[in-house]
Amino acid sequence: MRAFFTALALICVTFTTAAFEIEEERDFPVDSPRAELRILSTTDTVTFAPLIDAFQRLRPDVSVHYTVASSQEVFQAIYGENAAFDLVISSAMDLQMKLANDGFAASHSSPETQSLPQWAYWRDQLYAFAQEPVVMIASRLAFDGLDLPQTRQDLVRLLRDHPDRFTGRIGTYDPQLSGAGYLFATQDARQSDTFWRLAEVMGSLSPKLYGASGDMIDALTKGDLAVAYNVLGSYARARLPLDGDSVIVELKDFTLTLLRTALIPQTAGDPVLGGAFLDFLLSENGRRLIRDEAGLPPIDEQALAAEQHLRPIRLDPGLLVYVDPIKRKRFLAEWNAAIIHP
Amino acid sequence: MRLALPPPRSIRRRLILQLLVVAALLAMLLYFSIRSVARDAVETTQDSVLGAATTAIAEQLRGSVDGVEIDILYSAFSMLGSISEDRVFYRIIVADQTVTGYEDLPVPTETAPLLTPIYYTRNFRDTQVRIAAVIRAILVGRTSVRVQVLVAQTRQGQEAIVATMANRGAALGLGFFAVAALLSLLTANTALRPLNYIAGAVGRRGPQDLRPVTQEAPSEMVPLITSLNGFIARLRGALSRTETFITEAAHHIRTPLATVRAQAEIALRQTEDADTRQTLHRMIRAIEDSSRSASQLLDHATVVYRTDQRANERFDLGDLLRGVVRSLDPTADLKDLILATSLPDDALTIEGDRLLIESALRNLIDNAIKYSPADNRIGISLIRANESAMITITDDGRGIGSLATGDLVGRFKRGGNVADVVGSGLGLTIVDEVATAHGGTLDLQNREGGGTCVRFSLPLL
Repeated sequence: MRAFFTALALICVTFTTAAFEIEEERDFPVDSPRAELRILSTTDTVTFAPLIDAFQRLRPDVSVHYTVASSQEVFQAIYGENAAFDLVISSAMDLQMKLANDGFAASHSSPETQSLPQWAYWRDQLYAFAQEPVVMIASRLAFDGLDLPQTRQDLVRLLRDHPDRFTGRIGTYDPQLSGAGYLFATQDARQSDTFWRLAEVMGSLSPKLYGASGDMIDALTKGDLAVAYNVLGSYARARLPLDGDSVIVELKDFTLTLLRTALIPQTAGDPVLGGAFLDFLLSENGRRLIRDEAGLPPIDEQALAAEQHLRPIRLDPGLLVYVDPIKRKRFLAEWNAAIIHP
Repeated sequence: MRLALPPPRSIRRRLILQLLVVAALLAMLLYFSIRSVARDAVETTQDSVLGAATTAIAEQLRGSVDGVEIDILYSAFSMLGSISEDRVFYRIIVADQTVTGYEDLPVPTETAPLLTPIYYTRNFRDTQVRIAAVIRAILVGRTSVRVQVLVAQTRQGQEAIVATMANRGAALGLGFFAVAALLSLLTANTALRPLNYIAGAVGRRGPQDLRPVTQEAPSEMVPLITSLNGFIARLRGALSRTETFITEAAHHIRTPLATVRAQAEIALRQTEDADTRQTLHRMIRAIEDSSRSASQLLDHATVVYRTDQRANERFDLGDLLRGVVRSLDPTADLKDLILATSLPDDALTIEGDRLLIESALRNLIDNAIKYSPADNRIGISLIRANESAMITITDDGRGIGSLATGDLVGRFKRGGNVADVVGSGLGLTIVDEVATAHGGTLDLQNREGGGTCVRFSLPLL
């Protein structure tokens, strides 16, 4: 982030042939480029810029083209349009899994990828480089006189007992709009039945639905929300003001842990370069930079083992289930029935 | 003439080769069995998981008024990921219409409802997949609708497990082969040891040793040993008959010759006529030669017989030599030859067959007398040389020409320059056989300035 302004930045608004919807595009040029690394990502440029800068210090002959899109658009770019990118980074594990399963990912193996724990990769194609807890954020002021909930059961009870205090002041993802929100909701539903009770209670309190974690954080900071459920912990940590009011809660019954993954598409123009950047992300140096500069928790098995409530979402074919259109329709219908009260 | 035999075939090599071939075959069989068993086991395991996943989805099918409700369980796919990281494909077909999943996933050939899954392997999207299919009839409204649930999985995980097992199988096979090779070597050696032992025992025998083979032999070799012993017995019988015949013949010739010689000597003393005397002299010499030949034949027969079963006694070689020289003095006198003897003061004791050695010495000195020109000198000396007693006999005769010792000791072999002297060709054969039987040597050489030097040595006690 700090490198953001010093970096040789150029917001690219020029010619592009992509049919998928791009949120942001940026070039990281070098003096004498010999190759160009094209990255398609769901992660904000601001977060990734320091990593790209560091990579370019190691490889001064590589210019980087960084494209940001929503997870659904990232998936569509590869699955539907065979867009030529050397590395695809996404927080939507299910869609990344779908890409790898359906043969859109190229194999890549190196000492760096082999150092990953078993739960952090799938085949030799899909690799996780960050583990991010999905948290609840709350305003202490709104909970004045009440204990902050530590489990979903606590939360359900509090919301049910104090409808006056929380009506219209609860925020969560709209799974219809957000790929991440959909993934969190489906994984919640899979982990525990409490989720549906929570959804019912939230639904009765006229919740506000959002498309991104950032919007929920902003709304909480402004005082519009008392509590936001399922917010990306890394974003919350980076953006919540240290005013003593906002608080991050990792629920103790379980806290989903999202794996941010990368894959090299079959259509990559320079898969070797894509692999080099991936290896850089997974290297000792890369992990340190991910933690210190990008503000994301790198893959760390010990951290997971120490925190019993952290449940990493497993990279397995189960993820394909909720990508299935029938299943998706079914789940969203159920979710709508629970949360939207006329 | 030697027959052109085919190159000999080694039993040992054949045995080892055959054992190795068997071991190699068994090792390969082991490898392929392990591979096939591993493949079957892994396939069965993976099939049952795949089948369980398919069945789990099929169980969730519900017929309603307006269609078939489908709910794919998370756990159905998740369990597929628990065994391996294989790719998963699925397809659900309701009344021949693909409602979800991969539209090009191959359907089963079966069409009737299947409660238990059937499995088949097909190519799908550049890879081979194993497919489990369940067919259910679901009641929608009042009509029965056929629903096919297909779940497929690639088999890289299975291949990897099979490859690991096969590698272990290969290692096992190689180990087995190595052990078998070692054992086959040992087995071949053990099996052939009695044969080698008997062959060695027979091979080490002296040329005259015709005793039967008594070494213990395995039952397979008993017929061979029996035949060999029968053959030896026949050979010994034949030899013994021959020797007996020769001995008898020589004996029967020598006795009348002695009578004739005595008569001739009497006649020589009684006549004064120079011509008659000369004739009688020649006659006596001829009788002498014939008698010598007969003696030698007799000696040879004795030598052959006695080297086989010789008596061992200790005696002074000097004594023996002195006796032989004395007994030959008369013969030397006939040609006016002087036998100049040089013997050591102390006794040179040897161990051996006295009769045989005496015979050898007599033959050597007799030869010297025979080939020496008249009125000459024959040197006979006995010395101690290292661990041997060496008798040297020198004469001024014609020498042995260009021949070597080995050429002369053959039975009935004679030098190329002796046509004018009567001889049987047995003398040196006897000497050589005696020397060999006692661990001694015989050496003949031409002397400088003419004549022969014979060295006959025997090991000292």
